[in-house]
Amino acid sequence: MTAPRRAAGDEIRAGEPRASREGAPWGRAGVGARRGPRTHPGAQRTIMVTIGCAGALGALARYAMSRLVRVPPGHFPWSTFWTNVTGSLAVGLVLVLLAERFPRARLARPLVVTGFLGAYTTFSTYAVEADLLFRGHDVTTGAVYAFVSLFAGILAAAAGVVAARALIAVEHRLSEQLG
Amino acid sequence: MDALVALAVAVGGFVGAPARFRADHFVADRVASDFPLGTFLVNISGAFLLGLLTGLGLRVHVPELVKALVGTGFCGAYTTFSTWSFETVRLIEESELLEALLNALVGLVVGLVAAGAGIALGLVR
Repeated sequence: MTAPRRAAGDEIRAGEPRASREGAPWGRAGVGARRGPRTHPGAQRTIMVTIGCAGALGALARYAMSRLVRVPPGHFPWSTFWTNVTGSLAVGLVLVLLAERFPRARLARPLVVTGFLGAYTTFSTYAVEADLLFRGHDVTTGAVYAFVSLFAGILAAAAGVVAARALIAVEHRLSEQLG
Repeated sequence: MDALVALAVAVGGFVGAPARFRADHFVADRVASDFPLGTFLVNISGAFLLGLLTGLGLRVHVPELVKALVGTGFCGAYTTFSTWSFETVRLIEESELLEALLNALVGLVVGLVAAGAGIALGLVR
């Protein structure tokens, strides 16, 4: 709670998982870390447009999912549930891969994580759907939806992190055997 | 898929995702904390706004295009679930168990209350 958690150049991380302390994989690297885009308005604009375009695609993908998985009122909102769980899995996977394996891919993080996955997954619809279930007296379904989404999202994000590290370990082992 | 509705969703997403980036940046520049406060405030404000739109939609006619643009597009892209769950995992991995628990539970409870307040306000005549 003491040190400012963001140094000059770290603003690229805004809107996405925090830069963390030394040691955590996503704290060391990432898009444009320590490059100082604050001093380059052009770079900042590129990042905003990148996030916007990827955000449009992410919102469309979520909309497509809601058309694919139709949920009648009063039922468990499977569409948002699967969107949020798959998006959380992907964020865990992609963030660790980018930080540990592709630290020089500068636009990958705003594109994939902040833009696409941030917009693909949604908190507002999740909260409103749970509230509508409560309002419709489907209290059990609402409570199960709220908590199961939360736990499944956390488990999925953790599974993504573990999977990314396993992939990197396999790659290391293969390259040692071959070289 | 109605092309015009899809376009409205895309435009909302084009605005919503950078708005989240800006808002989170704004908070992070002013408050030094390990707690993902920016994501929390983004999610709470977005849940309130979508609740308001939903409440209004229960009371009066709201055009499909407005729902697609502001609701599915903007609010959906502005708020995020994946960062929220990932931040909880990050806090657990850093042994910040209390902050992880707070991030998950306070985010959930305040998010539900904010969305509920929005719905209630939208229903007020």
